[in-house]
Amino acid sequence: MKEYILKRLAMLVIVLLGVSLITFVLVRAAPGDPAVNLLGQHATAEKIEEIREKYHLNDPIYVQYYIWLKMAVKGDFGRSIESREFVTREIMERVPMTLELSLIAMIIASVIGIIAGIISAVHQYSAADYGVMIGALFGISMPVFWLGLMLMFIFSVKLGITPVGGRLTAGMELERITGMYILDSILTLNGTALVDSIKHLILPSVALATIPMATIARMTRSSMLEVLRQDYIRTERAKGLSERAVVYKHAIKNALIPIVTVIGMNIGLLMGGAVLTETIFSLPGLGKYIADAILAYDYPVVQGFTLIFATVFVLVNLATDILYLYIDPRIKYK
Amino acid sequence: MTEDTKFKRRTRTQDTIRQLKKNKTAMVGLAMLLAIFILCIGAPIFAPHGPYDADLDRGSKPGFWSDDCIPGYYLGTDYLGRDLLSRILYGGRVTLSVGFVALGFALIVGTSMGMSAGYFGGKIDSILMRIVDILFAYPALLLALVIAGTLGRGIDKAMLAIGVVYTPQMARVMRGAVLIIKETEYIEAEHAIGSSTSRIIFKHVLPNSLAPIIVYSTLMLATAILDAAALGFLGVGAQSPSPEWGLSLSIARKYLVTGAWWAATFPGVAILLSVISLNLLGDGLRDALDPRLKGGAKL
Repeated sequence: MKEYILKRLAMLVIVLLGVSLITFVLVRAAPGDPAVNLLGQHATAEKIEEIREKYHLNDPIYVQYYIWLKMAVKGDFGRSIESREFVTREIMERVPMTLELSLIAMIIASVIGIIAGIISAVHQYSAADYGVMIGALFGISMPVFWLGLMLMFIFSVKLGITPVGGRLTAGMELERITGMYILDSILTLNGTALVDSIKHLILPSVALATIPMATIARMTRSSMLEVLRQDYIRTERAKGLSERAVVYKHAIKNALIPIVTVIGMNIGLLMGGAVLTETIFSLPGLGKYIADAILAYDYPVVQGFTLIFATVFVLVNLATDILYLYIDPRIKYK
Repeated sequence: MTEDTKFKRRTRTQDTIRQLKKNKTAMVGLAMLLAIFILCIGAPIFAPHGPYDADLDRGSKPGFWSDDCIPGYYLGTDYLGRDLLSRILYGGRVTLSVGFVALGFALIVGTSMGMSAGYFGGKIDSILMRIVDILFAYPALLLALVIAGTLGRGIDKAMLAIGVVYTPQMARVMRGAVLIIKETEYIEAEHAIGSSTSRIIFKHVLPNSLAPIIVYSTLMLATAILDAAALGFLGVGAQSPSPEWGLSLSIARKYLVTGAWWAATFPGVAILLSVISLNLLGDGLRDALDPRLKGGAKL
């Protein structure tokens, strides 16, 4: 197993180098002169030349890549063209918001998805099973941004029970500790802020949770059905164990193993979903940050963000695989 | 004539079609999909109005459910007074073609990559699969967004971006299929009689690996359409005044607070129905073509 992890880590280095190269080339291949982008259309030729010299834009492209990579390893991606702030700092500021949103969405998706999947499998071909499967079909087919808009229209515009966007009602005060508003309001025992921040997050979380919920429900169902057909389950039943004990004490443990991978795989999906949900609900998180940066051709942000996220994503995938190895000793990776 | 010869010989394709016909959900999906295609391709015939015919006097009017409806504008109008139904029919041509072209790109590039990697193995396999690993390192929509965004705006860029995102998935599916077929005895027999590599690939390996490719293509097309609409919604895909579904939604969003829900609702319903029909068909095809995967969840 150590060998496997070491091998994966070695591959990780290759993949990350490739990712950095693609990210760099992709952004540099974009139309427009970075110096002109930085200074605006009316800059003098002298000024442009100065900037080109300062940012090594006159050097050969591989030298530029090397310089960029050297800085990137130190966590320095330069400054945003739009805000003139450091990219890394801007990203760090937005992590808590997106983390909070994704965590809540993932909890909703896992809890409801797993329960629905189990019910569906235990009562295969019942009305409940069909209900869950049809619901899951709608879930995987749902455009997240449309669902978000519909939720917003019903609950915010028509019923007026949730706010249309943002994180907190304007004027409300909350001491910032972690940057996750729900957690912060609990830590500071601020009841009003707690209710308010939950109200702001509930619709985006539900919208973001829909697709993972559907995939988790489907996966739980098929995994559970497979486990329920196995010999050891028949033995349990033959022993006279109640159906409840068979399902909830014995089958569930093995059935949930593949779900770990599904949840791991959904992290990437959540990132894509966060771009859409944060845009709809005007949440100042990472998703909205990258969407705005791309629309504004803010290249340092796009480069830094993409590289950081690909890295995180690769690490999460690796962690999922290793976790899988631990919880299911039957699996042997070569 | 003996009893035995009365059995009709059936090819694999005929067998699959029989299987598929028995699968009700797949047939529902296929019927929905065909209806959507016919309506969108035939938009010039079916659409009651032109997709760009604007008239501010009839802006944001509701459809048949309301007394305020303008006769002939069944689903209401958007903020510029353009007929929503007509725009949805024409918009389907854009959204669906982005999905199709992207899938086509992924099919051609991805299957070639997977085929070479699986069939030749060794160094070619290592290099190609590392490229696949690198592309897999990006969350799908993020990669599509970055590619489409840096290349500029427009549906051609969106097509390429989504195509690139789905290429590694296609490559992996193809490689897996080829690896299994390569080890079979009839391929060994082909080698033994001295068949050329291209003959083995095109006459044997490719046709036999088609089943998983067809299944995955259908399911991938479903997500490709979602991504196409998402890029349009975020503003890097189709550009105004295109009736593309995602873009229409993004514009109609600003008028939601005024109560004009229909302009933001129906394009979404169109996306949902298209994607559902493909998912139904894809699940059915999987059951018919690949019995081993039966009942398995989509990954």
